[in-house]
Amino acid sequence: MSVTVAIPTPLRPFTAGHDSIELAGDTVGQVLDGLLAAHTGLKRHLVQEDGRLRNFVSLYLNETDIRHLASTATPVRPGDVLTIVPSIAGGSPATADTKAGLSHTEMLRYSRHLLLPEVGVSGQRKLKAARVLTVGAGGLGSPLSLYLAAAGVGTIGIVDFDVVDLTNLQRQIVHGTSTLGRSKLDSAEERLTDLNPNVRIERHETRLTSQNALEILGEYDIVVDGTDNFPTRYLVNDACVLLGKPNVYGSIFRFEGQASLFYAAQGPCYRCLYSEPPPPGLVPSCAEGGVLGVLPGIIGSIQALETIKWIIGAGSSLLGRLLLFDALKLRFRELELRKDPACPLCGPHPSIHELIDYEAFCGIGAEPAYNGPEITAEELQREMGEKGDLVLIDVREPHEWDIVHIEGARLIPLNQLPERVAELDGHAEIVTHCHHGARSMKALEILKGAGFGRVRSLAGGIDAWAERVDTGMARY
Amino acid sequence: MTLRLSAALVDEIRRAGELAYPSECCGVLAGRAGAVKEVVKLVPVINRRTDDPHRYLIAPDDLRQVEAGLRATGLEVLGCYHSHPDHPAAPSAFDTDQAWPWYSYIIVRVDRGGAAELASWVLHDDRSAMSPEQVDVLSEV
Repeated sequence: MSVTVAIPTPLRPFTAGHDSIELAGDTVGQVLDGLLAAHTGLKRHLVQEDGRLRNFVSLYLNETDIRHLASTATPVRPGDVLTIVPSIAGGSPATADTKAGLSHTEMLRYSRHLLLPEVGVSGQRKLKAARVLTVGAGGLGSPLSLYLAAAGVGTIGIVDFDVVDLTNLQRQIVHGTSTLGRSKLDSAEERLTDLNPNVRIERHETRLTSQNALEILGEYDIVVDGTDNFPTRYLVNDACVLLGKPNVYGSIFRFEGQASLFYAAQGPCYRCLYSEPPPPGLVPSCAEGGVLGVLPGIIGSIQALETIKWIIGAGSSLLGRLLLFDALKLRFRELELRKDPACPLCGPHPSIHELIDYEAFCGIGAEPAYNGPEITAEELQREMGEKGDLVLIDVREPHEWDIVHIEGARLIPLNQLPERVAELDGHAEIVTHCHHGARSMKALEILKGAGFGRVRSLAGGIDAWAERVDTGMARY
Repeated sequence: MTLRLSAALVDEIRRAGELAYPSECCGVLAGRAGAVKEVVKLVPVINRRTDDPHRYLIAPDDLRQVEAGLRATGLEVLGCYHSHPDHPAAPSAFDTDQAWPWYSYIIVRVDRGGAAELASWVLHDDRSAMSPEQVDVLSEV
């Protein structure tokens, strides 16, 4: 007679499906050795490298846990039943030991950091304990969050409420074709967790506002500004100053970028550099003016660099310096920044003590300067069919015309229109169009001013036309 | 292998995660294994880890009791479910380290008290990692 070993379901794939196995032996240990010799696939699941039972494996001799007997030295008799009982354990990575040392796999993962005396184990542990908020998961947020995650920043908060769009992928490298249409937070979290599962991603799927900014930013040690608009940039700056947090700034436009570190306790803030936003419409966004895809890669990486240096306390930071980068000339320049004694936010006599309405501050939402008559894409199509004399003026730039244009339209870029109005017949019925409808409205204003009576602007521009009328036309 | 369970059971797991928040919930998936693993019911189990809200433990004695209770109904343990408070529904390094082969590990993410995504994971035979498995959710007829 021998001892019966009862095999639990999860281990049966390794015992050719058998739920019990008869084995000989005088002690639990001998029976176990016999089992592992006969079914080698069990070994890695039941015992550790050093030969001891894994902590989630329990053995019961008849009805008693062998830990209450003599462990593996417990003698066995023929007819005994030895049962392998799983204990099931796990948990999320957010354990109380995040501030403790680095695990062996972390040591290996960060080996190239540990070799640098400026980082070392203590710097790596600071990175692990750090909480960084990135505002935006777009062009700047992509390289930024990738490098922060790869570097082992323990907690990365991300604020974004957008979804991944095809036009993003030319520069937003944290996202991918497989995550098109999904929320940027989901997409970024998936990629970052894959890059480094030790990192805890905290999601803030919301628009940053004056109502929630202090609460969200307050949870972090350092804030990195990856926004693409002035209201949010002022909001992030003001909230950082009010909360006493450093703000790693970056901005990009076409071929040029800027970066700095604002920290009011030790140097200037964004308002010391730009006390007031530019008038609305003066500085086009990336969506309007375009941007070279690699540019946010460079500026966002500089922001990641400054963040990491700040956390580990290495080198000299961009505090008090504004870095200017020109991609076409491949030239970096540097301006000295000083704290503005008259700064309404961080100066000695501040007039701003709380967050304000940043949309209003940046002049957004105010009535547009000119609001002329519009025509929808469908109406335009019908009228073009009915009236042979309808004149369609495309006021975009020649390189945009080369991308796509409407058959029968005439190209007169907006900036040439004032000197070329004489080319147009004052009695003709005119429709102006651009990409999305804004420049076209300005053209309308010029034409009205020049005495043209029958002019309208195509609502939504050529994009609306491509979306709803000529669906075979490419959009950009 | 595919894991199959009803929408009502999925809701039950999500609710358990919300109730346990900010701690983790845990329980056993009971059912029948054939061409697919079909979960018939959930058996909530007391989390024996009380020292750390980000850990759960289904103790061997508890599991034996669950198995004894299931034996009469012809059901067996197919795996377990647990929640990840404010963390993705993906296995942590600790989950993988502690995992058993073949069992399905359902993880539900609970964000600030509200259940979010849910996924089921299975350990590779070489213990190197866990992979997501297909989950078929049957809606009530």
